[in-house]
Amino acid sequence: MKLSNRTKVVEQGEMTLAERMYLPAIVGGMATTLKHFFSKPVTIRYPEQTRYLGPIYRGHHILKKDEQGAERCTACGLCAVACPAEAISMVAEERKKGEEKLYREEKYAKVYEINMLRCIFCGLCEEACPKEAIFLRHDQMVPVFNSRDEVIYGKDKLVEKMDQRYLREGWK
Amino acid sequence: MDLFDSVFLAKASFIGIVFAITLGIAAYSTYFERKIAAFMQDRIGPDRAGPFGILQPLADAVKMFMKEDFIPANSNKWLFIMGPCLSMLTALMTSAVVPFGDTITIGDVTFDLQGIDVNIGILWVFGIVSLGVYGILIGGWASNNKYSLLGAIRAASQNISYELAMGLSIIAILMMTGSLSTKAIVEAQQNGHWNILYQPMGFIIFLICAFAECNRTPFDLPECETELIGGYHTEYSSMKLGFYLFAEYINMFISGAVMATLYFGGYDYSGVDFVTAQLGATAATLIGAGALIGKALAFVFIFMWVRWTLPRFRYDQLMGLGWSGLIPLAMFNVVVTGLGILLDQQILIGIGGVVVFIAGIVVYDQLFVKKKLA
Repeated sequence: MKLSNRTKVVEQGEMTLAERMYLPAIVGGMATTLKHFFSKPVTIRYPEQTRYLGPIYRGHHILKKDEQGAERCTACGLCAVACPAEAISMVAEERKKGEEKLYREEKYAKVYEINMLRCIFCGLCEEACPKEAIFLRHDQMVPVFNSRDEVIYGKDKLVEKMDQRYLREGWK
Repeated sequence: MDLFDSVFLAKASFIGIVFAITLGIAAYSTYFERKIAAFMQDRIGPDRAGPFGILQPLADAVKMFMKEDFIPANSNKWLFIMGPCLSMLTALMTSAVVPFGDTITIGDVTFDLQGIDVNIGILWVFGIVSLGVYGILIGGWASNNKYSLLGAIRAASQNISYELAMGLSIIAILMMTGSLSTKAIVEAQQNGHWNILYQPMGFIIFLICAFAECNRTPFDLPECETELIGGYHTEYSSMKLGFYLFAEYINMFISGAVMATLYFGGYDYSGVDFVTAQLGATAATLIGAGALIGKALAFVFIFMWVRWTLPRFRYDQLMGLGWSGLIPLAMFNVVVTGLGILLDQQILIGIGGVVVFIAGIVVYDQLFVKKKLA
């Protein structure tokens, strides 16, 4: 009894004369390589040219601000809890009077650091965030670093700049 | 004394030019090998050094010179150094008998566009080519490494096996021309009477043997990485390795030039008389030299094209093809050529020979090869 009736017995018969002579196969192979010789390359000159990696590519982290320019993060720590690599750490601070323009919630992250040597770009922080504050942007990657001092990214590198806001496909 | 001086000067400058052209083409063959490989694999290839990467050979040469020049502790030091030098020397010596054109006269100095016009030209090529295996064998043996030795032994046995078929395929040409001189062979082919029309089978044999003699894929068993690490140049580094690789590219170009000389009319091209009438004899001769180099480069392209198409032969397949395939075929070709000369119908008999050969194979296949019942 067969599991399915889709099995196909492939019988490789004796090689024909043409097959044993190699020459037709060689000519066919050389025609194939010549065809590829004139076809367009599939690779690109990488650092100068880049490819669009899709709308859900998980690249550089960003801490979003809202439309008024106030930081969304409320330092709840759910991202740090969700992070399987324990790359995120933060220090919370209470919002003072007169800082309503800067921080949306009454508590904010005074320090927010991501260790890029630990980060595995899984995107679980983005999923855990209840305030839609942290995202992994699809259009930019974390650059190569030369020294260990450079790999802990603070708020200076993570918070969104208002003059170059990050927009994902489907957002307003 | 004046005559001697002018002849010496003409020869020396011509040989210098041939060396420069050969080395330049060999250097750029490395670049074009990588580019052609890239194109055939749908890649871009080296493009960082200079526009389109045309300075890549320079970068490679600098890299080769900067690397550590390593000599294994228990190797035979002098033979280890001699190996790549011999390879390079023999590769460069072959071009001496290739006729690049007729004579040209500038002022009162007559340049003969051939290093030496000896009446044993083809024998010279064969002698030097068989010396070429010494470079590989000495280098491989002196490395004191079993992989190097195996590669060197393979190179030696392969070159000896394929030289036989190569020689037999050339005998057919010698029968037609009646001379060993390369110049005489080229002059017999002028005005479109190229030997390829009379000797298609001989050319195929010669081409396959040229691949084997240059240690190129599919016959690159002496240096096959998968079995022998690097083959005979496993222990080599720095410019000594560079010499081995460079010698291979020089050999490719020279064997292309020899094939063009023997089978594709050498410096002959269509419209010689027209060009001579329009631009003068000197220009016509120089264009002829260009035509020969162009033909040789076309062969270099075929070498590379085949390299990026075919996988490597197994060692017993290589020996089987050489001894029981090509040598009998070359002997058959000699008989067919003799028949053609005897009956004075060379092209007709040549085609007939191919037809008889294919028919013979088909009949043999039908009669003697057991077929599995379907």
